[in-house]
Amino acid sequence: MFRNQYDTDVTTWSPAGRLFQVEYAMEAVKQGSAAIGLRSKTHIILGCVNKANSELSSHQKKIFKVDDHIGVAIAGLTADGRVLSRYMRNECINYSFTYESPLPVGRLVVQLADKAQVCTQRSWKRPNGVGLLVAGLDESGAHLYYNCPSGNYFEYQAFAIGSRSQAAKTYLERRFENFADSSRDDLVKDALMAIRETLQGETLKSSTCTVAVVGAGEPFHILDQETVQQMIDAFEIVGEQEGSAAAAGQEAAQPGAAVADQGGSTDEGVAPMDI
Amino acid sequence: MTKQQANWSPYDNNGGSCVAIAGADYCVIAADTRMSTGYNILTREYSKICKLADKCVMASSGFQADVKALQKQLAARHLIYQHQHNKQMNCPAMAQLLSNTLYYKRFFPYYSFNVLGGLDNEGKGCVFTYDAVGSYEKVGYSSQGSGSTLIMPFLDNQLKSPSPLLLPVQDAVTPLVEAEAVNLVKTVFASASERDIYTGDKLEIVVVTADGIRREYMELRKD
Repeated sequence: MFRNQYDTDVTTWSPAGRLFQVEYAMEAVKQGSAAIGLRSKTHIILGCVNKANSELSSHQKKIFKVDDHIGVAIAGLTADGRVLSRYMRNECINYSFTYESPLPVGRLVVQLADKAQVCTQRSWKRPNGVGLLVAGLDESGAHLYYNCPSGNYFEYQAFAIGSRSQAAKTYLERRFENFADSSRDDLVKDALMAIRETLQGETLKSSTCTVAVVGAGEPFHILDQETVQQMIDAFEIVGEQEGSAAAAGQEAAQPGAAVADQGGSTDEGVAPMDI
Repeated sequence: MTKQQANWSPYDNNGGSCVAIAGADYCVIAADTRMSTGYNILTREYSKICKLADKCVMASSGFQADVKALQKQLAARHLIYQHQHNKQMNCPAMAQLLSNTLYYKRFFPYYSFNVLGGLDNEGKGCVFTYDAVGSYEKVGYSSQGSGSTLIMPFLDNQLKSPSPLLLPVQDAVTPLVEAEAVNLVKTVFASASERDIYTGDKLEIVVVTADGIRREYMELRKD
């Protein structure tokens, strides 16, 4: 990737018509720990891997509540993500102050994208090194958007960003057609499975991941560790027994600790949970 | 050459009265629901009470447009607080915020006479009373609005708040039980409705306890 003649500042084009600084910013997103999002017609789930700098430190916060109906998961430079979350929160508060109604998600992501674009066209700025998965519910339904440092944004049924996100994307690609009509709990289980794909070997525990939900009648909130652990236990056991009934919210009594063999292999996601 | 007078005022007084009484583990906040202008009634069913946080309720009389603007401001600031601190504001914090917000407009004030009531961090009832520009004080009970001149002396008589100049210093919290305090509020408004033309129609009572917030209504004189 030896292209350093034209990559010194963001306002220099390369002869091939590329802005390398922007692409390097997108590289920073790929280096961050994974974040995934998926949606049905009524709910959107965000999940992320909790990465801590060292064993002594706590993990960074990667999922932020923006408003009752919008949340965001970030990957990349967490500091940039935090600042953008603050911007998003302010925009939501100002909009609902003026219009007494929630900010439509599509409007917010456009504002974010425009903000990102500015940083690609000023010599004294740099692009944000963070990718944002914006999950929101408004009058037009459930939405999941991805905002990248380039100023582009896309809407997705399901997506994953960050390191080892390809594994999660592969899993999601296999199953996304079912998501639209999935129940909320099945969606959470799919999110946990997708997160597990990115862990590639490491056991999936509630301490290594964070999951957040927003949906019809359910304001955005991050699930607490206990609930997440219960769901992890439920589906790990279901996977082992090739259980057909993906009963919503079925909390299994047996602890998940015994299924050490499950956590080991990467391709366990082939559990035939065909709904 | 006489000084030119304003031919228009940005303010109006929509009347009404508010009361708040603090107890050992509860707080009662009440206000009538009549909204008037001049000698006319605009509506008989307007709420002057606003829930600012989980354990913090404000009742305001005066110019309701300013009251609404003030409530929206506080709600927005509370949201920001929740995002930053990951918890709700407690009543004393909200009290300070309200004071600052009012003083911010010292030279074009919110025409809003407020009483703030709720539970403090320890779960004890607290009431804060304000003037239009943010001067405030923590008290055991208070009233504001058009009926306050009729209501306050009666509350003084019933709730025997000891003078802060006396020693030993006594708590401003009322020794009444919740049911007694609610009854007192009902009595007080029934009396105020008799003589204050701006108070009447319906009484809205909000009770804040550790279990949550409860709302109650009582009919008042409609004349």
